[in-house]
Amino acid sequence: MSATAHELEQFRRDVSSWLDENNPKNPGFLLPQTFMEVGTDQQLEFLRDWQYKLWTAGFLGAHWPKKYGGQGLDPAFQTVADEEMRRHQTPIAFNVIGLGWAGPLILDIGSEADKAKYIKGILSGDDIWCQGFSEPDHGSDLGNAQVKASRDGDEYVINGSKIWTTFGNYAKYMILLARTNQNVERKYDGLSFFLSPMHTQGVETRPIKKITGEYGFTETFFTDARIPADCLVGEEGQGWKVAMQTLQYERGAAAGAAGGLMVVRIVLADAIAAIKGLKRDGKPLLEDPSVRDQLVKLAMEEKAINLGIRRAEIQALNSDYPMSLPLSYKLRVSEYQRRMRQLVVGLQGAHGALYVGDEGAVAGGFWQRAYFNSFSSTIGGGTSQIQANIIGEHVLGLPKS
Amino acid sequence: MLLNSNESIHFSEEQSMLLDSAKEFCKDKSSISVVRELLDSETGFKPDVWQDLVALGWMAVAIPEQFGGSALTIGAVVPIVESMGRTLLSTPFISSSVAAQAIIRGGSRQQKERYLPSIAEGEVATIALLENEDWGDDEVNLNAVLVDGDDDQLLLQGVKNQVQDAAVAGLFIVSATVENDKKLIIVPASSLKPGAIKAQKLIDESKRCSVVDFSGARVSASHVLPGDYNALVRDIKLIAAMLLAAEAVGSAAACLDLIVEYLKTRKQFGKVIGSYQALKHPTVDILCDMDSAKSFVYHAATVVGDEPLNSDAEVACRMAKAQASEALLFAGDRAVQFYGGMGFTYECDAQLYVRRAQWVQQAYGDASHHRKRLAGLLLECGLSFGGFSGQRC
Repeated sequence: MSATAHELEQFRRDVSSWLDENNPKNPGFLLPQTFMEVGTDQQLEFLRDWQYKLWTAGFLGAHWPKKYGGQGLDPAFQTVADEEMRRHQTPIAFNVIGLGWAGPLILDIGSEADKAKYIKGILSGDDIWCQGFSEPDHGSDLGNAQVKASRDGDEYVINGSKIWTTFGNYAKYMILLARTNQNVERKYDGLSFFLSPMHTQGVETRPIKKITGEYGFTETFFTDARIPADCLVGEEGQGWKVAMQTLQYERGAAAGAAGGLMVVRIVLADAIAAIKGLKRDGKPLLEDPSVRDQLVKLAMEEKAINLGIRRAEIQALNSDYPMSLPLSYKLRVSEYQRRMRQLVVGLQGAHGALYVGDEGAVAGGFWQRAYFNSFSSTIGGGTSQIQANIIGEHVLGLPKS
Repeated sequence: MLLNSNESIHFSEEQSMLLDSAKEFCKDKSSISVVRELLDSETGFKPDVWQDLVALGWMAVAIPEQFGGSALTIGAVVPIVESMGRTLLSTPFISSSVAAQAIIRGGSRQQKERYLPSIAEGEVATIALLENEDWGDDEVNLNAVLVDGDDDQLLLQGVKNQVQDAAVAGLFIVSATVENDKKLIIVPASSLKPGAIKAQKLIDESKRCSVVDFSGARVSASHVLPGDYNALVRDIKLIAAMLLAAEAVGSAAACLDLIVEYLKTRKQFGKVIGSYQALKHPTVDILCDMDSAKSFVYHAATVVGDEPLNSDAEVACRMAKAQASEALLFAGDRAVQFYGGMGFTYECDAQLYVRRAQWVQQAYGDASHHRKRLAGLLLECGLSFGGFSGQRC
């Protein structure tokens, strides 16, 4: 059923007043900016409670079918709810792989039994999901995945290891990309896609300690782990196609995702607010000419990225290199965020040396940790250097490196 | 979405058509061999090309309808100027457009009626503000005093530096101190003393600037623009900065093409050099810098209207100039380097861009000049408002 402007406006008011009431106050410890940064049980429990509240209020999965735990509304309602969450600067909806990847996929191509089994737990946060795509030896080359899945009667037997499994130690299920056939001409054709249980014999996780000092993800080992054959989604050998399909949902409610914020955005204005009380040479930091120049450079970079989103929509202003703005977005945003966060640490004088846990740290060490975490974006999803190759080759037409 | 949250870019069907015809025209009239041919010419452009673009109505684009124009805003000429930069087509178009803006924004009705139609029809006008090397110096040492016994005649005394297209200008818009007040004055070329215009040797051989000695020139007091000097000059400088940024973006794009073409064909050690990441990645940086500059330029074209420039427009123009001149500096510099031995020669077209880059960086203030002023516009807001995202101030 589609929504009228009036209904949406009413809904927006409902969400907004609910958030005024229920948006959590400062919990007294640092909350993660992304789901990849959940490092402690305390953070996880807090976020789990928040997601549960959102869901029971009807503001998560509002457009997912009623019989599986949604509200059965038009996606426009969830988009409105997300906008209000962003405006109220709420915490993230942490179960991102379930909400943005596995859930929509199951609703799209899963069996009736899959939907009944998985969807509700994804929305409530009871069933945490993780993702098993990357492998230790194939960081930027997903199509080359080597974890083996061999059919044996009613089961598949899984062997090998996955890495960078966010929530690996908490998750109940994994979306798993594994090789069911070695003898194929194109490496992509031998892959299959599974909804794989984590709490099963032969699956072990080893937490990986990040540069932040926290545990955000695991390496996941499969040793003759047996999973039911009906864990397979799509046809055997179609795993690459399913995986690519999975990546399409996370762009928002209209694309299929359940909604909720996936990341808390940090902008330069936040950085300036954080450092404006600090001093340099006995005077306010923000009066220092070199500091001002560096901040303005970042302000321009941030604004250029945002203006680029607008300009990308105007065909006549993209005639030289039509794919330039979309293909460079990830590189630009992630590198900008890294440099901006690093600068904020640098501008804190002696306080820059203090870390999360020290009572003198500026904003509780938020910027120190945020800087370290920014590498997850300059490395994950194809490193900046790979991105530069992609732009050079696909936009400028330069020969392959 | 920083402290200044205006992020609009609009591009009308009309502008789109203008862009297409400008691209076509500039490509047709300004091949690299024509550009080179004109490097040591006196005026730097072909009179018939100027006639042609005037006939296309481009000088009339941003002039109000009742004064012989077509009533669009100055932002509408941005695609034209970008196309000119793209092919290094030098004409007095920018000089005349900026001078016309001074009259449109600060002139009396009589002044507009008298001068705007002739500018729309191709009379060259230019602005004379600078007196030394400092674009940030607001002092005006050129004096205009009332001639004894005549309260209508002003006598000028003083020299202006780097006046663009002075040799072909029929009109000069000159900043002067008139009886202790700073003013802009319209000075017809006919009132200059013989030998008043001395051509300068510029690093960019496709541009033309002169030192102009206005001493001894007499004009009627009715030639003084009545508009508020400070606001007017600020707006004129910002508009000039926007147009020079648009031109620089075009030149940066052309320079990028020059680099890419070489990287795709030149072989060393058995490999096409574009496959080396040491060359590929900086070239991607040039692309991204140019993309940012282009976004700023078209954002500025969107937010600069007919009214006095507001802070959104000021931010946009300054960001455009700062980004575009640095993008072109980097592109030109790398073009010379990547062309290797060839790049060191006058023969190689990289020199045209690296020279243009040095010229344009200083004009109407270099990047740090504008960033310094942006800091005042952006950071003070942050201080007083707590500066959270999306905050308008």
